[in-house]
Amino acid sequence: MKKVYINSAVTISAQDTFESDGFLNAVKKLSGKTVAARYPNYKDYIAPANLRRMAEAVKMGVTAASKALKDAKITQPDAIITGTGMGCIDDTEKFLNAIISNDEQFLTPTSFIQSTHNTVGAQIALGLECKAYNNTYSHASVSFEWALIDAQLRLQQEESENVLVGGYEELGKEIITYRRMMEDVDGLGIQVPFGEGASFFVVSSEKTEHSVELIEIGVYSTISTESIQDSLKQFLAKNDLDLSDIDVFVSGRNGDGFDIYYDLTAELFENITQLQYKHLSGEFYTASAFGLWTAYSILSRQEIPEAIIFKGEIKSDSHIILLYNQFKGRDHSFILLKR
Amino acid sequence: MGVAITGMGIISAIGHSVEENKTSLLASKTGIGDLQHIQTIHSQAIRVGEVSLSNAELTRQLQLPDVHNYTRTGLLGLLAATAALENANIYDCSTYRTGFISSTTVGGMDMTEKYIKQFATDAATQKYIETHHAGDSTQKIADTLGINGLVTTISTACSSAANAIMLGARLIKAGKLDRVLVGGTDALSKFTINGFKTLMIQSDSLCAPFDQHRKGLNLGEAAAYLVLESDAVVQKDKKNVLAYLSGYGNANDAFHQTASSDNGEGAFLAMQKALEIAKLNPNQIDYVNAHGTATPNNDLSESRALQRVFGKKLPDFSSTKSFTGHTLAAAGAVEAVFSILTLQEQYIFPNLNFKTPMPETGLKPITSGVKKEIQHVLSNSFGFGGNCSTLILSKA
Repeated sequence: MKKVYINSAVTISAQDTFESDGFLNAVKKLSGKTVAARYPNYKDYIAPANLRRMAEAVKMGVTAASKALKDAKITQPDAIITGTGMGCIDDTEKFLNAIISNDEQFLTPTSFIQSTHNTVGAQIALGLECKAYNNTYSHASVSFEWALIDAQLRLQQEESENVLVGGYEELGKEIITYRRMMEDVDGLGIQVPFGEGASFFVVSSEKTEHSVELIEIGVYSTISTESIQDSLKQFLAKNDLDLSDIDVFVSGRNGDGFDIYYDLTAELFENITQLQYKHLSGEFYTASAFGLWTAYSILSRQEIPEAIIFKGEIKSDSHIILLYNQFKGRDHSFILLKR
Repeated sequence: MGVAITGMGIISAIGHSVEENKTSLLASKTGIGDLQHIQTIHSQAIRVGEVSLSNAELTRQLQLPDVHNYTRTGLLGLLAATAALENANIYDCSTYRTGFISSTTVGGMDMTEKYIKQFATDAATQKYIETHHAGDSTQKIADTLGINGLVTTISTACSSAANAIMLGARLIKAGKLDRVLVGGTDALSKFTINGFKTLMIQSDSLCAPFDQHRKGLNLGEAAAYLVLESDAVVQKDKKNVLAYLSGYGNANDAFHQTASSDNGEGAFLAMQKALEIAKLNPNQIDYVNAHGTATPNNDLSESRALQRVFGKKLPDFSSTKSFTGHTLAAAGAVEAVFSILTLQEQYIFPNLNFKTPMPETGLKPITSGVKKEIQHVLSNSFGFGGNCSTLILSKA
């Protein structure tokens, strides 16, 4: 099977991750119900005339995508694949509220035409005049993972050579407050703020000096707590790996009752370095793309920032990282990366 | 030959089963009419392809408990998905590596738009807060059918289901799945009715695809799914193959967020790629089930793309959206089911309401049903964001 490499990784997040060359060394402690991303200076990437109409997800997505291509020295990808859980929720809410408050009258189309989930992938294609394969996944906490699986499939089947893959989410204004409300009345609800962001990657069949190998991605719609350990063991075995081969375990802990899945998984490893990231990114359906950015950065920089350590000691060098994410006990994903 | 299709299920404005849809198609009986289930000030100014069953009736038919949090998108989807598995004689999804790839554009909007202003205070409506996102209906259908592994949702506007079918075929070909249920579901909503209203591309009469005087589309709602199975499963279980998915193509028009380019570049590229994968020449296509929404822009752009692909020898073509309305994300799967029926019946379903060819192209679709030999059907689905997809279905 053809090998698959991640050749660049860019993230716009609640932390200073886009414009800074550092790696999470001066982190902002997140608090509150929701946390917005730290927006970059979009004007460096998007023409002002276009900026005015764009919602935050589109601005973040187009900007992160553009830098990911630049970092990988790619001008035209041969596929653009995005993932988003809630899509362009801001324009969706805007149009819906206009319908409700104006009793379906005097509406303008702008927010409607920008409300579809594929708007970000479309705007990237439009900006690049890229007529290649273009797809958008919207399946809760594995939206981004499916974009990555599609990219891997295209590279392995030799349908593409350089694929632009990204996950994005914007907070929006209304549905997020109801989602937060439901978490806060739940005693075992999510303990980190809801967040937003955009993470983009160039995934390629060609190895470069910044390459990190993407060994495999596994997704599972449902797994019980009783079988999570076996599922992980089978996933590793299928990739000819033992538990002892894993140097670092990155989990999508968010403090809710379903963190039990991460505890059960971590039990399998002895003396492993355990990392977490959602206290820095906030929780959102494509937060795992921020997790992948973190893991890519660890392997390519050979550096683990203090702020993401959950448990365990930092070993001198790390070769293989396992990422595990789930949301409310479903839509589980394992990702294996290798330096 | 491509990937074997061994089952299909559908619910649309022209019927609640494959049989009912076939009967309406053969009788040239449209499902487009007056809106029943949604309260909107536009109800007199639009015609829609609505599924006649109410949510309560769908709930009874699906034997769900009276209290549940399925959206209409989920109810329609579950009905069609269950029917597709039954049609393929699949009663246990754990015997093979089985996946589920669905698609939707509005997701749970039908409930969100009803209850959003009550979410903060009315506990009874709060079960719909978590059903807004596109993956919700897919998760519920997968859980009900017992599909636990590879499950996802695609949302590329009106080309969504075609992309879901394409991904399923690619996963089978790559050996990652043995069988996969693929398709899409979308319910009518006030949101889309008003959205297309602002774009002024919604007709107040029955839509007339490819006609010079076409006034726009009729929205519809539907769900449709296909079962794809690997050759190994087909052989081992001696499965009855309905048709083969022999080609697929995906390209982006990269022209405008909502409008198609004048020369239909994205559509042209998608059709070319599909022909390439199917290893077919354009002259081997016997019939085109067009995207044909009946908007001035789509039908002209698609006609030009068809002329670019097929030259002067254009195959017979028609748009069955004149029966069902434009069912958005589901359209690609609805029309794949109709294409399979075309192959099985060796019969081209007509493009209703067409009178006058557009002067720019002079193209005439098939306007009354025709029996003829059909080996390969090409089906188009295009969407907002320039997403263009083409499927080629071949006789079993």
